[in-house]
Amino acid sequence: MAQEKNPGGFRYIGKQRRTKEYPRFVTGRGRFVADIALPGMKHVALVASPYPSARIVSINTAAARALPGVHYVLTGEEFCAATDALAIGVDAPKVARYSLANGVVRYAGEWVAAVVADTRAIAEDAVELVEVEYEPTPHVIDPEQAIKDGSPLVHPAHGSNIILKKHFVWGPVNAAFANAKHKLVLRAIWGRSSTVPIETFGVAAQWDAGQQILDIWASIQMPKFPDQAARALRLPGNAVRVHFDVDVGGSYGVKRGIKHTVLVGYLARRLGMPVRLIEDRLENMRGGDMHGPDRIFDMEVAFDDDGTLRALKIRALDDVGAYAGRSPFQLGKPVTAICGPYRIAAVEYEPTAVLTNKTPEEAVRGFGQAPTNFAIERTLDCVARHLKMDPIEIRRRNLIRANEFPYLIPSGSTYDSGDYHAVLDKALNAIDYPALVKERDAARRAGKLAGIGIATCLEPNGGNSGFEPLLNPKTDTTTWMDSCVVRVDLSGAITGVMGTSSSGQGHETLVSTVIGEVLEREPADIRVVRADSLQALPSNSPVGSRMAIMLGGAAAGAARKIKDTLIEIAAHNLQCTIESVEYSDGNAAVRGHPDQRIPWDELIAIAHRKIHQMPPGIEPGLQAKFVWEVPTGGKLPAADNTIQIYPCYSFEAHVVYVEIDRDTAAPVLRKYVCGHDCGVMISPDIVHGMTYGGIAHGIGAALYEKFSYTADGQLESGTFMDYLLPSAMEVPTITIVDHCTPSPLTTFGQKGSGEAGYLGAPAAIANAINDALAPIDGRIDTLPITHDALWRVIRGAASPGD
Amino acid sequence: MSDKLYPVAIEVNGTRRTLQVPARLSLVDCLRDELRLTGTHIGCEHGICGACSVLLDGEPVRSCLMFAVQADGHKVTTVEGLANTDGTPGILQDSFCEKHALQCGYCTPGMLIAAHALLAEIKQPTDAEIRVAIGGNLCRCTGYQQIVDAVKLAAARLSTQATDGFKNG
Repeated sequence: MAQEKNPGGFRYIGKQRRTKEYPRFVTGRGRFVADIALPGMKHVALVASPYPSARIVSINTAAARALPGVHYVLTGEEFCAATDALAIGVDAPKVARYSLANGVVRYAGEWVAAVVADTRAIAEDAVELVEVEYEPTPHVIDPEQAIKDGSPLVHPAHGSNIILKKHFVWGPVNAAFANAKHKLVLRAIWGRSSTVPIETFGVAAQWDAGQQILDIWASIQMPKFPDQAARALRLPGNAVRVHFDVDVGGSYGVKRGIKHTVLVGYLARRLGMPVRLIEDRLENMRGGDMHGPDRIFDMEVAFDDDGTLRALKIRALDDVGAYAGRSPFQLGKPVTAICGPYRIAAVEYEPTAVLTNKTPEEAVRGFGQAPTNFAIERTLDCVARHLKMDPIEIRRRNLIRANEFPYLIPSGSTYDSGDYHAVLDKALNAIDYPALVKERDAARRAGKLAGIGIATCLEPNGGNSGFEPLLNPKTDTTTWMDSCVVRVDLSGAITGVMGTSSSGQGHETLVSTVIGEVLEREPADIRVVRADSLQALPSNSPVGSRMAIMLGGAAAGAARKIKDTLIEIAAHNLQCTIESVEYSDGNAAVRGHPDQRIPWDELIAIAHRKIHQMPPGIEPGLQAKFVWEVPTGGKLPAADNTIQIYPCYSFEAHVVYVEIDRDTAAPVLRKYVCGHDCGVMISPDIVHGMTYGGIAHGIGAALYEKFSYTADGQLESGTFMDYLLPSAMEVPTITIVDHCTPSPLTTFGQKGSGEAGYLGAPAAIANAINDALAPIDGRIDTLPITHDALWRVIRGAASPGD
Repeated sequence: MSDKLYPVAIEVNGTRRTLQVPARLSLVDCLRDELRLTGTHIGCEHGICGACSVLLDGEPVRSCLMFAVQADGHKVTTVEGLANTDGTPGILQDSFCEKHALQCGYCTPGMLIAAHALLAEIKQPTDAEIRVAIGGNLCRCTGYQQIVDAVKLAAARLSTQATDGFKNG
């Protein structure tokens, strides 16, 4: 797509403006799924397995069914016979996943039966009356045990607990390791955390027997959601209508309740009643199938005396839990930035996804990139420490230079643009790095544990699907388009139509800003609506930091078609060439002749009513669609397993200063600066907000949040009292320093930013903690770095042998 | 579970509401399901996240931890009650819009309630006081920074009762 001229001269893009969405939220007028009350709606509660692995011997639902107000108790036997297994991305057809267990349970919390009642309270009462007899069977919780011979198999029919294993070599890895002066190995472990939105997942469904349509309202953020729901329910795609005009209370990747939706859709149709399921917090944390990556990295790096990185070997073992949807693909996206922002010519990558008896993993912000960035950044710091080199210097030496873009990395992706050194320098200047070093050293002299952490990380964005065929050759998806319709009605009012839901990213503001920019009309007056799935053009949902690029590009494309039509109408009526029409603020005039002018209202009137004034061949009425293919997409992997996966690459440089209390082991983040370059920002306040939030989320992953399991297979942290989300007391004041390297691939030079902050914060904080522990020879490479872990290291150092 | 219903009278956002409720009905379910005031949200139902915060006689409380019958005879203010009488955003709500103190909007009602209670107590709070006041409300979108900014802006605007006509959108 051609770029807009004069990228600096935007009228609405890049300006500080209010959003379209906030007024309804601050006045309590949002429309979240739990706010939707369908007449006669019934409520679902779930019977969950107490065992991580067991055979279901019997289920007695008689007492539950007899409770007044209970309409139905559904078990897996009926459900699995009447629906098809949920889609699985990797090539493992025997790892069948349904909404309800059938005969076997594979994790504690797995849904065994669903009760439908007049109220949620009655449904919960009835859940207590369902009698399930289990016969416990051996389970496996430790992913490294799970890959060993003789381990209990989570899915015996699959024949192994390994659901995905690949081995890629890009570039002369062995030669580089053979020739390099230094080699270093480390293990870095990313703990099982997730995005944990404050709104749990919810879905309501209603079967319209007259129309033969299943209507669905859900707090969803998921590509191909209507299609997958229809397939599992054995309905034609056009018999499922997903209403995207539901406000989603946070997602950051995980709101993919396909399991919930198929269950509720089935019940609504089976019972002929509207049915809803709103997870409670324990259902969400334990049985909602929304855990995030749980990953062990074994890193090997080869490097020279001067710190030049020669080659990298990454083995990543990801524990995806008991079932898999798209989660193993989270090992695939990092291929698109497998060497980080560094000039590393040879990379070996061995990703393995393993099944265990835990809650299944779902897509989490960054889709596997944050853990990978953490492992790479810990590696950089270990190299620096090995060489007694400044961690900033090691990065400066290896960062790709501004004059090297576009830059092709060994795994086949080309980074579009960037100036990594400039962003790092800006961040260091903003925090006054020399003064910060003095502050840290003074704190150390005063007896404190103090450390500075640096992380320079990439945010691949513009989400495309290239990792699918790379990890599953039976998949040949090569596009993840997005689209927009723009209409101008007879009154001259503009409406943008999008076809997916939003979970806080401000898409209505994005679309109106872009349309306003192109048509030179005030965005506040442009309405943006969300078509339902039967009316919408194709969308692949806001995943992979893609909407500024993809939806923004589509909205601009459609708006430009409208503008072109208006110019053609003007040229025809002004009897001049198209080239000589000057379009300004929606009005058109002959260039140099401002008196020969047709105002907006008249152009609209001609388009809608005056076919006699329309140029030949132009469709009356003013509406245009634009479906945009992801730039650089459209290809399958080459024979050497190289592929361009994502098109655009934002960059973030974190500098964080931490002090750790020696007595309590509590870490306090005293200073935090993030230099950030995501190209042209369409709405800077929204970008900054997502970056602050991403950093806060990263603080959680680094220090607090973990879905812990006992050896018995029980989730230990299923509430907010033991799964700790950072509050305003843990998240420090953060300074974001902007930099702008426009992308050459996108409409306005924009890149994505929905995963900003989170992709570098855990790495930076881990590096800061380890810098703080260095004087006592402590080191922690396992996230989250809990108070307990810190306390043990500090105590171990203070009293050896204790 | 007993089917017995109990009469309650609660003054909600300045209007006296009377209804018959079961003993186990939580205040938040009463507000949302019985009174259809869906601005108050449910996040955890165990008193941690603060999304369900409302004012009870002016004090912020977790409406998920209270039964509706316990609110009998009390005054409850929800996020809907923070708006101007014509339904437009009040100064605090408008300051949240101005400073981008929200994204998905789910925790926002609770944040507004917590901030409102703070500003009723301390007219010009420091950053630290704001963070303490919202420290019991979890937000997953914002990292809290723009919320702190919004509360400071609201404090400044309330001190002069200045409202400006920023246009939304």
